[in-house]
Amino acid sequence: MSTDGRPVLQVDDLEIHYGLRRRRRRVLHGVSLSVTRGETVGVIGETGSGKSTFARAVLGLVRASGGRILLDGEDVSRYSPRQWRALRRRGVVQYVFQDPLRSLDPDLTVEESLIEPLLVQGVARKEAIERGRNYLARVRLDPELFDRLPGELSGGQRQRIAVARALVTEPALIILDEPVSALGSANRVGILEILKELRDTGVALIFISHDLGSVAGVADRIAVLYQGEFVEVGAAREVINNPRHPYARLLVGSAPTLRSASADRAQREALRALLHA
Amino acid sequence: MTTTRPDGTVTVTVPVARPAAPPAAPSAPAPSARADSPAAPAVVLAVCDVRIRDEVNDREIVRGVSFDLRPGQAVGIVGESGSGKTLTCRAILGILPEHFAVSDGSIEIAGRDIAGLTTPQWTDLRGSTISAVFQDPASYLNPSIKVGAQITEVIQVKSGLRRRAARRRALELLTAVHLREPELVYDQYPHELSGGMLQRILIATAIAAGPQVLIADEATTALDVTVQAEILDLLADLRERTGLALVVVSHDLAVVAQVCDEVLVMREGEVVERGATADVLYHPRHEYTQLLIAEHEQYGLDRYLDAPNDPNDPGPAEQRKELDGVH
Repeated sequence: MSTDGRPVLQVDDLEIHYGLRRRRRRVLHGVSLSVTRGETVGVIGETGSGKSTFARAVLGLVRASGGRILLDGEDVSRYSPRQWRALRRRGVVQYVFQDPLRSLDPDLTVEESLIEPLLVQGVARKEAIERGRNYLARVRLDPELFDRLPGELSGGQRQRIAVARALVTEPALIILDEPVSALGSANRVGILEILKELRDTGVALIFISHDLGSVAGVADRIAVLYQGEFVEVGAAREVINNPRHPYARLLVGSAPTLRSASADRAQREALRALLHA
Repeated sequence: MTTTRPDGTVTVTVPVARPAAPPAAPSAPAPSARADSPAAPAVVLAVCDVRIRDEVNDREIVRGVSFDLRPGQAVGIVGESGSGKTLTCRAILGILPEHFAVSDGSIEIAGRDIAGLTTPQWTDLRGSTISAVFQDPASYLNPSIKVGAQITEVIQVKSGLRRRAARRRALELLTAVHLREPELVYDQYPHELSGGMLQRILIATAIAAGPQVLIADEATTALDVTVQAEILDLLADLRERTGLALVVVSHDLAVVAQVCDEVLVMREGEVVERGATADVLYHPRHEYTQLLIAEHEQYGLDRYLDAPNDPNDPGPAEQRKELDGVH
C-alpha cells in the first residue's frame, strides 16, 4: 500500500473519446486529479458531463486515448484488459454504484456477495465469513441479514451492503458513483456518515454525484466537471463560498440551501446566458 | 396571520410577496395583517382537516391536513416518502389510488366542495381550475407522438380552439415556459428532449387551460440542480405574472423554502409543523423539522455556508435515532 503523502490515484491530462471516425467525440479532456489516503474528493457534474466516464476510466472499464492514470504510483493507463482484471481482483480499487439492486447479484445471499471478493483472492472460507461479518457491523447492519437475498432488503440496506462489499478487500481507493441519489434522506445521511468514518480509517474516496449538497456533505475537495473538463478544483469550502468559473458559480447559485441566500434569479440568468454564449 | 377555526385547526395565511429571509436576519418580522382584510382575493383551494384512510388495512394514513391557498400564494409540503404528502395531493386532485378514500374533512376548489363530484364535473375542473406536474415527466407523455401535437390536443379539448389556433397557443405556451426554440421543440418526440425540457412541456400543458392552482409534486427531484433552479424560477415567474397559486411538494425543505410563503412539515401522516417559511426555517419548533435543518447543515451545502456547528449538538444521526425510537 502507498505511504503517506503519495497519492493513491493520480490522473494526468486524461483524454477519453467514444465512437469511431466521424462518430468520434471527446468525452473527457485534459482531466487531472490526485487523491491521497484519507482524503475524500467530490466530483460534481450534471448528466452528460462525463463523470461516470471518469469513474469507468479509473476502473479500467474504458480506455484512455491520452494522458496517464497512476494507481499507487504505477502507470495503469496502458494496461491490457487482462492486467486490469488482475488489478481489480486484488481489490485495491473498489466501487459502489447508484443502484444497489443491480450491483448485487440477486441470487446470492448477503453473505455470499460479501465473501465472494475474498474467496476470489484465495482467502479461506471461514476467515472470509469472519471478515464479512465485521464489515457488516461497520456499515451498521444486523448480522441477521447475512442469509437474506438483495430483493428482501430495503434500498438503504442494499446500498450499505454494496459499501461493505467494497470494503472487505481493504482497498486503497473506493469510487462511489451517485451512491446516495436513489435513497431517501434518512438513508442518505446514514451512508454519508459511514463514508465520513471510512475516511478516518485512511481509505481514499472519490464521491461522484450530480447533487452538490451530498458532495459538500462529505468531500474535503471538490472537482467541478463541465462538458468533459474540470473547470474548478479546490477545497470544498473554497469552491462553495468562492466559485470562480461561471458554471461553478451557476451550480452553487442553483443549489437550494436553507440559510444562505443562493444567487438570485437575475444572477442565475446572467450566468446561463454567459455559458450558452 | 394565524386564525383558529371553530373546529380547532389553525390556518396560517401569509402575504403574496415572497418573505424576506436574508441570512443576516434570523428573526424575520411577522407577516403583516392582510389576508383577512375585505380586499383579500377569494380562497382558490381550501383543505380542511383532511383525513385519508386505507380501506383495505383499515388504517388512517393521513391524519388532518389543513391549509388555504389564495391567488398568487405558494404553500409547500415537506416530508419523506410515506409521510402522506403525495396522498394529500392526490386527494385534492381526486385521483386517490384504489381503496384509499378521504374519510373526514373537506376540500374545496374555487369554492366547490369536491366530495361527490361526478366524473364529468372532475373533467371540467381538472386542467381549467386545478392542474399538476409530477416527478418523471417522460412517463406522462406518449413516446410516439410529437410533443407539440400532445399539447395542442389538450388545448383543443380544454379551450375548444381549432387546430391552427391551438397550435399558435401551444407555441405561445412553449415560449412562456422559456423553451429556447419553441418551433423546433414543437416537432420533436419526447426522447429527443432532456428531462428539464420535458418538465417545461408538462408545465406548459398543465397551465394551457389557465388553471388557478398548480400542484408540483417532486417536480424537480429528478433534475440536475441547475435545471431544478430554472424550473423553480419558472414557477415563481408564472406565479408573479399570472397569479397562479402553487402547492409545491418536496422531500427537500430547501426546495420548498425557495418558492413558498408557507410550509407544512409532514411526518407519518401528520402535519408536525406549519407556518411562514422564514419562521419554520429560523425557529423550527418540532424536533423533526429541527432534524431536517440539521441534516442540511451537516450533510449539505449549508455546512460550509453557515456559522460553525455547535459542538454540543448531538448531530442529525443521533437525533434521528431518538426520533425513530420515540415513534
